[in-house]
Amino acid sequence: MNFTLDKQMLWLVEGLMGGLIAASLIGFLLSRTAKSEGGKATVDNLNARLRAWWIMIGIFALAMIVGSTGALLLFAFISFLALREYVSLIPTVPADHRTLFWSFFVFTPLQYWILYRGWYGMASIMIPVYAFLFIPLRLVLSHETAGFLDRAARIHWGLMVCVYCLSYAPALLILDIPGYKHQSGKLLLFLVIVVQMSDVLQYIWGKLVGRRQIAPHVSPNKTWGGFLGGIASATLLGTALWWMTPFSPLTALWMSLLITLLGFAGGLIMSAIKRDRGVKDFGTTIQGHGGILDRVDSICFSAPVFFHVTRYILLTSHVRTP
Amino acid sequence: MTGATARWINCAPEARQRVYFANHTSHLDFVVLWSVLPRHLRAQTRPVAAKDYWQSGLRRALAINVFNAVLVERSGTVKAERSGTGKAERSGTGKAERSGTGKVEPSETAKGDHSADGSDTERDRAEQIGTARHSLEVLLEALDARHSLIIFPEGTRGKGGPVGPFKSGLYYLWLKRPDVQFVPVYLANLNRVLPKGEVLPVPFISRVTFGPPLEPAAKQSKESFLKEARDALCALQQA
Repeated sequence: MNFTLDKQMLWLVEGLMGGLIAASLIGFLLSRTAKSEGGKATVDNLNARLRAWWIMIGIFALAMIVGSTGALLLFAFISFLALREYVSLIPTVPADHRTLFWSFFVFTPLQYWILYRGWYGMASIMIPVYAFLFIPLRLVLSHETAGFLDRAARIHWGLMVCVYCLSYAPALLILDIPGYKHQSGKLLLFLVIVVQMSDVLQYIWGKLVGRRQIAPHVSPNKTWGGFLGGIASATLLGTALWWMTPFSPLTALWMSLLITLLGFAGGLIMSAIKRDRGVKDFGTTIQGHGGILDRVDSICFSAPVFFHVTRYILLTSHVRTP
Repeated sequence: MTGATARWINCAPEARQRVYFANHTSHLDFVVLWSVLPRHLRAQTRPVAAKDYWQSGLRRALAINVFNAVLVERSGTVKAERSGTGKAERSGTGKAERSGTGKVEPSETAKGDHSADGSDTERDRAEQIGTARHSLEVLLEALDARHSLIIFPEGTRGKGGPVGPFKSGLYYLWLKRPDVQFVPVYLANLNRVLPKGEVLPVPFISRVTFGPPLEPAAKQSKESFLKEARDALCALQQA
């Protein structure tokens, strides 16, 4: 399931670096020209986000250079941190302690280990089936029945979103697509770039032309302008990157539209949880962005569908086993 | 593991002598509080820990070498009056109570208890007061050496619910060293990382909130000082 770094990947990295340098220059110029209080705050936040992007892209590039093991380790670590942010925000009781321990230290590493072994069948059912049945069993052994279903559901939902769904991003590496041997790393890059750029473009369009809020009760920062402009431009960007994927330009367009819409849905759903708990962000890990989960929520919701649709249209029967 | 984030509310991490007093819900409390302090403050800040728990080999090495802890005896290990009480502060409490009211004469201690068969009890109490006084002296010595202290005035680990009543040791520290700043520190989520009775930790993001230093009026009674201190700590819970 390993992939090679080829010329296309280098182009991509150069493109990313160029974009980031340009954005940093714009951020610097804006910081010189911003006058009003509100404008200054926005530009400061923008520059904080940009600095964080340098770090995030650096870490991601490093993991990709190491190869599929690096990517799996990175996503396993992200899952761990995301799950930690999730349970920190969600009420749990002391009787949940041991079940949570299992979630963090058994199910999370196990899911990524299964992917490392390239065992697609198990990776796709371990959490939905085995963890789903194990969690209530472990909870019932704690002899605490108050709020039982709530507690079991919260823990399982966290595992599903932060571990299972997120693990579908590096799971792209075990797809053995005909005519695309050792190139699946680019498919992961494609997903991450399109979904993350969609978040960035929605933010930019929202700042520029966003007026009417799309879901004022859930997320006051999401506007129709940001949504339409961001989705459209990210879809175009994804289409323009068709050459690095196994898709035709038209398929790349539909795929990009699909994952940007799902990414938007993910952001909205995770916002609803934050609103319910009365907070703005899941954490403070990434300067300007909030927590890890705030950054990867769109990937959590787009990766599983992207994986399965890709698998459905490009693979008929064979998934490579180690 | 706990990914602790620190917030300072009307209080800055300055290099002045302080007593940080915090709610106590987990063994990790002082480790985390200590670790979120800026590096230059850590060297001069010493947690106060109970000798009976932290005495054994590895724990002791950890407490002394890594955290430079001040180990004090708990006074209540024998006597019913204080048995079950948790920590160093408690001991500070007992001894200080006496010294606060004047001299702690063994005779005074024994005063209340005239029954013939009470002699054992009397001796025990005298012993307790001895340890307590010794503990307070240890703390005062640390303060005189320009160290800051971390103490848990509830005396024992709570369950993560409301902050428990404060032991009076804090009051006597203030009485003896009124120039030292007393800073309330609220620790959130640490009881979820490692609840009482659990050995395996679960990662939660914990929060350490430093509040504005107390500004107690001079000549306060013990009760009003302790209430002020506890209220300041509870106020951070909502902050």
